[in-house]
Amino acid sequence: MVPTLLGRIQTRLLMLATVGVVITLLIVPLLPGSGPLSGRYANGLLVIVAVAVLGVVWELIYHFLMQFRWEKDWPTLFGLLTLVPEGLVLYFLLRSGAVDFIDPVSPAAFWTHFTVVWVCIWLVTNGPMRVPFIRWRFRGGRVL
Amino acid sequence: MVAAAGIPMYDIPFLTIGGGMGSFVMLDYLRIYGVPTSQMRVVSNIDHPWQTYEFLTRCSQIPRSERIRSDSSSRPDNLWGFPSYALEEAWKEKNPSYLWQILTEPILNDYWTPRAGTVFENLEREAKRINYWDMLVKGQVRMVRRRAGGGYFTVVTPPDGAAPTKRIIFRSRFVHIAIGYPGLKFLPDLQEFRTKHGDYQRVVNAYEPHEQVYEFLKTRPGTVVIRGGGIVASRVLQRLFDDRERHNLQTQVVHIFRTFVSGSHGPHIWSRRKGGDGWAYQGFNYPKSVWGGQLKAQMRKLEGADRAKKYKEMGGTNTPFRRRWQEQMRAGRSGGYYHPVQGTVDRVEQSRDGRLVSYVRSSDGIVREPVSDYIIDCTGLEADIAEHRIFADLLQHGGAFRNPVGRLEVERHFEVKGTANGDGALYASGSATLGGYFPGVDTFLGLQIAAQEIADDLARRGFVKKMGPLRSTSQWFKWARNSPV
Repeated sequence: MVPTLLGRIQTRLLMLATVGVVITLLIVPLLPGSGPLSGRYANGLLVIVAVAVLGVVWELIYHFLMQFRWEKDWPTLFGLLTLVPEGLVLYFLLRSGAVDFIDPVSPAAFWTHFTVVWVCIWLVTNGPMRVPFIRWRFRGGRVL
Repeated sequence: MVAAAGIPMYDIPFLTIGGGMGSFVMLDYLRIYGVPTSQMRVVSNIDHPWQTYEFLTRCSQIPRSERIRSDSSSRPDNLWGFPSYALEEAWKEKNPSYLWQILTEPILNDYWTPRAGTVFENLEREAKRINYWDMLVKGQVRMVRRRAGGGYFTVVTPPDGAAPTKRIIFRSRFVHIAIGYPGLKFLPDLQEFRTKHGDYQRVVNAYEPHEQVYEFLKTRPGTVVIRGGGIVASRVLQRLFDDRERHNLQTQVVHIFRTFVSGSHGPHIWSRRKGGDGWAYQGFNYPKSVWGGQLKAQMRKLEGADRAKKYKEMGGTNTPFRRRWQEQMRAGRSGGYYHPVQGTVDRVEQSRDGRLVSYVRSSDGIVREPVSDYIIDCTGLEADIAEHRIFADLLQHGGAFRNPVGRLEVERHFEVKGTANGDGALYASGSATLGGYFPGVDTFLGLQIAAQEIADDLARRGFVKKMGPLRSTSQWFKWARNSPV
């Protein structure tokens, strides 16, 4: 990927709002956990919102780091591996209760949900996304 | 006036001139956007779009089985770039290691790049699918002129016997020029030697057929001087080293870099390119972000001297860092048969025993005089655009003018500035437009970016409907099933 800052943020928000939401709707019933399904759905979707909000800050950091690269590109592998720091930070924020509108989730449920959504978004942005949106890759990931 | 002269005239709304990769990509876009073949023609002196490209790659030591220097998702036969060449080759050859390489490039692995053969086979498939040959008109274009009343006349010389008259004329609202490199330019000292001695066998350009060099070296030990520090020099070196290994040869290589890069270079920690052993290293011919990222966005806003400065900053000859090449060069240096040196060549002369002496002056004042059997010019210098009659005519009579780096100035949507005529427009893409608001013009993806800008501009002018997500998706399925557009 060769994103611009605005392109990064827009792509992240669009992907979470589409792929992220769809995958969440599909996967939540399969995740370990108790309580009514509606509550678990609400929780799962709030996690997606948290990834989006925190993500804007992450994208600023990635954009800064990218400046050290001559090509000003963001290798495919980086797009996948950044799930580790992002997942860890979010996970500890949730565990510490800093994000109190999201109920505590089990580690298994959180990591399964987070990883599946992340990998699906990564796969879509590395290919299929270009099928409907032919101008997207030439605009640094901007959709608007 | 034209009719009175008895010259046959054909009305075609959209005409593309060149018939190489640039014309092909343009027509592919417009066919997929929805323009019927009856509305478009391509005038060319070659039979299939990849002909010149294949000739040049083959000369510069990339036969069909070797890999070109191009990104996996830059597919001139597929405007979506999905599935990428890597996915296709991995699938066809049942080879998952390509997927690993594409996943880990360029960090743990070299960039994955497609085989030349993969590119050509897919181009042929796509050309058939869009009925390319229904649009092809063979001929040599003499000039493109604005006509009273809007649009353009294109004057063409058809092949002998193909038409009743010596010239035919196309009348079109839109013309697209994609005639590629105006020509090769030799290093002046080499040109002088060739002219003086009439020797076109031993002093060669890497882009012309020069198989005789490698054949000679198989018959007896010899020395080759390589000039230039770009991708072609890398390729030629690989061929020499491969042959040396395969046939147990004694070939010596003297490699002259005018600019000898000894490490990372650049003015600022945010604009530093890797380098070493003479070379500047870069994956592709431009920093990757010119095709869609930060550099593309920045350049789009720059004018005049600022633009020229930006081009200079990211320019300079370079080659990819490939592990195999590094190994070969290391072996060559330690084995004493590969000698990279910095220097400029004052002149080349013939020695008493008929060999070639290069007078090389290094920046530290040392003068070397390597004697060789062959000199291969790998600098890939390009001739001035005015060397081509169509551009010369456009610059003189068509209102076109030069951009800050001396080539054809085009708009962000690749319309040639100063040539508008009524409701018509004249576009150009490819190498002639280097120096414009978009830098990567002479590359596969660059040709596609240009074609997309032009197609969208044609949509603004009502020639075709702009392609949105729905049509794009349905057209992609047609591409995937190889069914007609």
